[in-house]
Formats: sequence, structure tokens, C-alpha cells
Amino acid sequence: MLLISCPHCGPRDEHEFAYGHEAHIARPTLDQQNTMSDAEWADYLFMRKNPKGVHFERWVHARGCRQWFNVARHTVTHEIIKVYPMGEPAPKLEQK
Amino acid sequence: MKQNYSIFSLVRNALSYHQGWQEAWRSPAVPKPEYDVIIIGGGGHGLATAYYLAKEHGITNVAVLEKGWIGGGNTGRNTTIVRSNYLWDESAHLYEHSLKLFEGLTQDLNYNVMFSQRGLMNLAHTQHDMQALRRRVYAIQLNGIDSEILTPAQIKEMVPILDCSSSARYPIMGASLQRRGGVARHDAVAWGFARKADERGVDILQNTEVTGFKIVNGVVKGVETNRGFIGGKKVGIVVAGHSGVMAGLAGFRLPVESHPLQALVSEPIKPILNTVVMSPQVHVYVSQSDKGELVLGAGIDAYTSYAQVGSPFIIENQLNALTDLFPCFGRLRMLRQWGGIVDTCPDASPIIGKTPVENLFLNCGWGTGGFKATPGSGNVFAHTIATGEPHKLAQPFALDRFTTGYLIDEHGAAGVAH
Repeated sequence: MLLISCPHCGPRDEHEFAYGHEAHIARPTLDQQNTMSDAEWADYLFMRKNPKGVHFERWVHARGCRQWFNVARHTVTHEIIKVYPMGEPAPKLEQK
Repeated sequence: MKQNYSIFSLVRNALSYHQGWQEAWRSPAVPKPEYDVIIIGGGGHGLATAYYLAKEHGITNVAVLEKGWIGGGNTGRNTTIVRSNYLWDESAHLYEHSLKLFEGLTQDLNYNVMFSQRGLMNLAHTQHDMQALRRRVYAIQLNGIDSEILTPAQIKEMVPILDCSSSARYPIMGASLQRRGGVARHDAVAWGFARKADERGVDILQNTEVTGFKIVNGVVKGVETNRGFIGGKKVGIVVAGHSGVMAGLAGFRLPVESHPLQALVSEPIKPILNTVVMSPQVHVYVSQSDKGELVLGAGIDAYTSYAQVGSPFIIENQLNALTDLFPCFGRLRMLRQWGGIVDTCPDASPIIGKTPVENLFLNCGWGTGGFKATPGSGNVFAHTIATGEPHKLAQPFALDRFTTGYLIDEHGAAGVAH
């Protein structure tokens, strides 16, 4: 069970949240979309980092304030290293 | 030559207090400098691949590298269900191929894999469930696979302990039944494949972890391991949850995310459930092992993880589902619980075939339902590695389907539960 600190409501049980998978996947701009190859589309739509280590991911406080935010979480220890707002770039972390 | 297992060998060895059994497979102290094929991952799928490479393609200079021990990963962490009731043609053919191999596996391997075709029931709880269920059953029948629809009265007759009353929290409106489905002993499948592969000359190297690939001009030449470099003309990756890690080492990306999948068993009780019952909507699946334990599973944890543990509320949900369907299990105590890491694809179908690196092959993405595919997966993957071209059943499951858009979307189609 994860204890996730919602930036608006404070620490809450994991089951109040829904998972939004990998963060920082930018949707191609309209200009890019016109010239993108199928392989580039596949990369955007389906390919994922899925790291064994620190993962930058999105969560939404679905059964609370319903706000989205980003989380840096370790996928082996499940330690939540940082919670940061949507739109902010991934924080630089010391590799554990 | 391996001793044949039989009733006579059992009696003979009993007379010597079971001290005289031959080892089931060798543990070579030093790997050979080069193999024709290296299989990374000594789970059921990897061992089956090695076995069929040796048996059907005559390639015996093969190594299976396992970072832990045989049967210590997902092979020993699943709910042992075998079925082929998939909606889409591609999946139906692949899983039916596997189910047919399961039907002859005990004889083929001279190892009792305890395959018990006790039937597998998928419950429907709403009108919409029933519509989807009918569509699936008819599609399965058109593929020549056994499948039938049961009325609530027939369900009640088969499984009297199910709450089929109209006042049930999740009323049961019908079910699909695959009579040839059932369960097999997961450890025995791994051990049986390991033993027979070893007999044909395959080296099974346990405690051998791959730490990198040697790739020259886009062609794989071998793997770096904690026991040094091992050369390989062809390399197959069959590592389930760690597929993304291996692909990262080889320099390409996969459409895979790794999630924990939890299962649990109850204390052993007298025979009470003689079939497999699955409810995709309430989301639990249950069977009774030969020891008498109920074996339970459900869905994955939402987040990605490599930790082999999940969140307790997932188990609570699945036990709620169980006791809603089977009120008489309410006082049962649970004995053990565990988690495994499953590699899930966006379309809930596996990836079998070539990679961007030449002579490097991939078999992954089985998600929550890999056990049932063990012999079939190994069989088609061995063909793919041996010939360099995908087996006809494996062709639709190539990695390039994510580029062509030809996905095999089994998420909803297979009724979620695996």
C-alpha cells in the first residue's frame, strides 16, 4: 500500500488515487503530426520507459480533490521520492 | 540417458529410501564459450523453448540462463489455469495450440504435469455481460474450439455452493464453459521441460544473470553475465517482467509496462470445488488444488513495479468478490499470498518474434495469462529462433504490430480476467 502525499490534501491511502502511468510524454504538435512516420507514432503511443528504478509518473486524486500531479517513485522500493505539479519538468535526482 | 519415471522406478527407489534418484538436470560448473542459441530466462516459456529447439529442430547446443533458480519466478507464482477461450482468431489459435500440447504433455515429458481438464466457467452478471459472453462463445465455436453457454440452473447443478439466488449482490445470469480447460501443476511443467531439455543436451545455468549484450554492427554476438561473457549465435529473451530491462540493455524500446500481480491460497479443505470459476466483472478466479487449497487470483496493481509485492487492498477486493459469489468461503483462512511481476502490453497480447537487433529474438508481454501458453509459446518461439522467421501462429504477434496498427485487443475481448 502506497501512502501518497496529494499536494492539496496531504498524505492519503493509495486507493483514493488512480494511476496515470508515465509522465512527460509530450503530444506531438500539429506540425509534427503532419510529418511523423508510423514508427514515431508507435513510439509516442505505445513505447514506454518502464524503468527498474526511479519512475516519473502521473497520479490523480480520483476519490478526493480530483487534481492531477506528478510523482517520482522508485519501482523496486516503492519509495515516493518527490511529488511535483503537472507541467513541471522531471526533477534531477541523485541516482539511488 | 535419463531414467524413465514410472510406477516401477518409484517402487525401486522406495526400496532404497529414495536415495538413488538421478538428478533431474545437470548444473554445469562452467558455461561453454559459445552456444548456437542462448535463452535468457529459465521460466516455463524459456525452458519450453529450449526443449522444442532440441526436440523439433535438432538444435541442442543451447543454454538457458536463469538469474535465480528454475521455477522461482512467475512460473511458480501463478494460478495454474489453462484455457483457450479467446475472442480473436489470432489468440484463439495460439492458445488452442498450447492447450493441445498440454493435453499430451505428461506423456511427452515423461513427467506428471497433473493437467486436469476439469472445465472452466466464466460467469456473467448483467445483460451486457451475457451479450459479450454469447459473442465470445460463438466466435470460439467458429474457431473449432469447445465452448458452451450454461443457464443459471446448469451452473447451480455444477457448482452448488455458488450463490445463484436472485438476491445475490452480483446475480448470476449465465456462464460460458470450456470443458477442456482446467489447471496444471506449474512447478511440474517447469521441471518437466528442464529435465527433458537437459536430457537432449541443453545446459541449464542457474544463478546466471545477464548484465549486457555484445552487439556488433546490429548483430548480437553473445551476452555478458555475472559468470563472464557467453557467446551466442542467436539469443532469445524470455524474461517476463524484466523484458523492458533487457530491451534497454540491447538498446531498443518496448510497449511494455511491468506490474505486480498477486495471488493467494487458502488453508486446505476437503474437495468442494471441481471446476475453475472465473468472474471477470466481480473479478476473482478460483480453483481448488489437489492438496485442497483454494487458489485465488484477480487483477494487477495499477502502478508499475519490480518488487514482487502488491497492495493489500487489491487482495481485500478479490476476497470480497469471492465471498459474494461463494458465501460459504466466508470463514476460510488464507494461508499464503505472493506477488509476481507481469509484463503487460497495451493490447493485452504477447510479443513473439524478431527485434531491431539481428539474431536477437523476443518472447514477452504475456501479462497476466502466460502460464496457459507455456508449451505453445515455447513451441512457436523455438520455430521462430530456429528458422529465423516467425511461426505462422506467432506472426500476428510480432513487435511491428504497434507500428502497423494491427493490434490484437484482448483487453475487453478475453473478459479481463486471465
